[in-house]
Amino acid sequence: MTAVRTDTRRLELIGFALVAVFILIFLPSVLDVFRLNLFGKYLTYAFVAVGLVLCWGHTGILSLGQGLFFGLGGYCMAAFLKLEASSVANTKIQSTPGIPDFMDWNQLTGLPFFWVPFKSLPYALIAVIAVPTVLAFILGAALFKRRVGGVYFAIITQALAAVMTILIVGQQGYTGGINGITDLRTLLGWDIRTDSAKFILYFVCCALLLGSMFVARFVLASKLGRILVATRDQEDRVRFSGYDVANYKIFVFCLASAMAAVGGAMFTLQVGFMSPSFVGIVPSIEMVIFCAVGGRHSIVGAVAGTLLVNWGKTMFSEAFPELWLFAMGGLFIAVVVAFPRGIAGLMTDQILPKLASWMGSGHAQPSPAPAPAE
Amino acid sequence: MSSNTDFLLALESVGVSFDGFKAVNDLNLYIDYGELRVIIGPNGAGKTTVLDLICGRTRVSEGSIKFKNQEITGCKEQEIVRRGIGRKFQTPTIYEDLTVFENLELSVPRGRNVAGALFWKRTDEVIERVREIAAMIFLREQLDWHAETLSHGQKQWLEIGMLLIQDPELLMLDEPVAGMSASERTKTAELLKQIIKNRSVIVIEHDMKFVESIAHRVTVLHQGKVLAEGDMQSVQNNAKVKEVYLGH
Repeated sequence: MTAVRTDTRRLELIGFALVAVFILIFLPSVLDVFRLNLFGKYLTYAFVAVGLVLCWGHTGILSLGQGLFFGLGGYCMAAFLKLEASSVANTKIQSTPGIPDFMDWNQLTGLPFFWVPFKSLPYALIAVIAVPTVLAFILGAALFKRRVGGVYFAIITQALAAVMTILIVGQQGYTGGINGITDLRTLLGWDIRTDSAKFILYFVCCALLLGSMFVARFVLASKLGRILVATRDQEDRVRFSGYDVANYKIFVFCLASAMAAVGGAMFTLQVGFMSPSFVGIVPSIEMVIFCAVGGRHSIVGAVAGTLLVNWGKTMFSEAFPELWLFAMGGLFIAVVVAFPRGIAGLMTDQILPKLASWMGSGHAQPSPAPAPAE
Repeated sequence: MSSNTDFLLALESVGVSFDGFKAVNDLNLYIDYGELRVIIGPNGAGKTTVLDLICGRTRVSEGSIKFKNQEITGCKEQEIVRRGIGRKFQTPTIYEDLTVFENLELSVPRGRNVAGALFWKRTDEVIERVREIAAMIFLREQLDWHAETLSHGQKQWLEIGMLLIQDPELLMLDEPVAGMSASERTKTAELLKQIIKNRSVIVIEHDMKFVESIAHRVTVLHQGKVLAEGDMQSVQNNAKVKEVYLGH
């Protein structure tokens, strides 16, 4: 509508284009397959960060349990891959051939009923989205209808992430326990461990991420997006304008969870296993930090933040493994204290206006310079 | 059992208590179609609580509230809004991060479910309606402004506009001129006279000059009960009212 608004819209599209160029062209051309696969893994976290932009940045719902949904998506994918890897031929040394190895070690003699449907890929793919979304719906309906919000919601989601970890670790005959579901090999006969498969999966991941970003953008640009912002700022006014606020929160929470789940499934495919260490409190909070560093109001910022922090983590922990956690903590404090709107906020509030003024009035339009991580 | 009523809004034997403190006690209040009622009373008299009870923000402990002869106690806030009751809060409650246009657009009473909001189209009709209301609330020139940049008085008008665009049958305004300059007050009084034409309005107000300039009937609340009711003249001359309120 306004000059300012169209400007931010255009900036956002430029940001999208930069992200696309960066992950689709730049990274594949400078990185070997090992590093590219590593960035593919980072990108799976970016799905979660984009979801957090929707539910945290724009609606004000801080979920500290997104790892739960990431993990569920990942586990649904892993279940299918594990069953395919556990054919009778592959597992004939087991006491019960044809079931996953960890079940055999735990004296299970048959496939549990809830594992059976995961023999079908279409079912597994539907489950990747449906299981986390249904859980998010139940959680959202239970909490938002009762007007649980703010810090209470954050604590409950965090507790649930912890519960899920404990459940997975405790029920190792059904879930693979603390080791997770490992030794995944093929997808409908296609070996996902080869370099060429990793290369292709990286691009699938990129495409899905860009798709998620566009979905997020569509939602935020609609009237629903403005209702989310309105809810964040003046929940009562929205309610007294005749909207059922809880429904909007449930919707956005489900959408964020579905995105996290897609990320989890892509993680399983690219990394080749899924374990409880991606479900619990620590990964959930890390994902919030990715989003906060990048800028919780900006889709592009969240993706950039995720890549930057993870790349930093890899670089840093290769050099000083024991110091990484302190660096991460310091980074979070720095974000909260110094630039609460993250990198994206720094860009739009500080750097771009300065650039524009440096370029002087000779140029009618300020041309945004590419950010290092975009 | 509450009786049938011809009034637009009827509160009968309404009471509510917070931790044993009776904020409103055995209150009876009737609002007619097309009436502009002003509620006055000292601090803590329960004025805002009465509005909270009507719009469902606070649940009644006892008694009945009927809107167009239908019980609305127990309805959710958004249901009460959809039946035609709009409410303005004491401090301007608007969406600071959105533009004036968007503030008004969100208040257009359509596309209120999730799908409707997701696939909402900004039709000419909507734009027309927003412009019409914006002109009424003196913000025609400010449609593209972010709401946070408005002055306090303009924010108050914007919130009134957000209610008007919903075209409620009953409009409840909690201190609409609080913090306004003298000229803004005059304009607001004009605005109220204009918007009352098609609806009933309940106004809570402290400013007696302003009350005098707009009121049809005045209800004086004191300690959660109706102390006096009538036209401005009779209320001002009421000995009890003088004692608890005006005499201060």
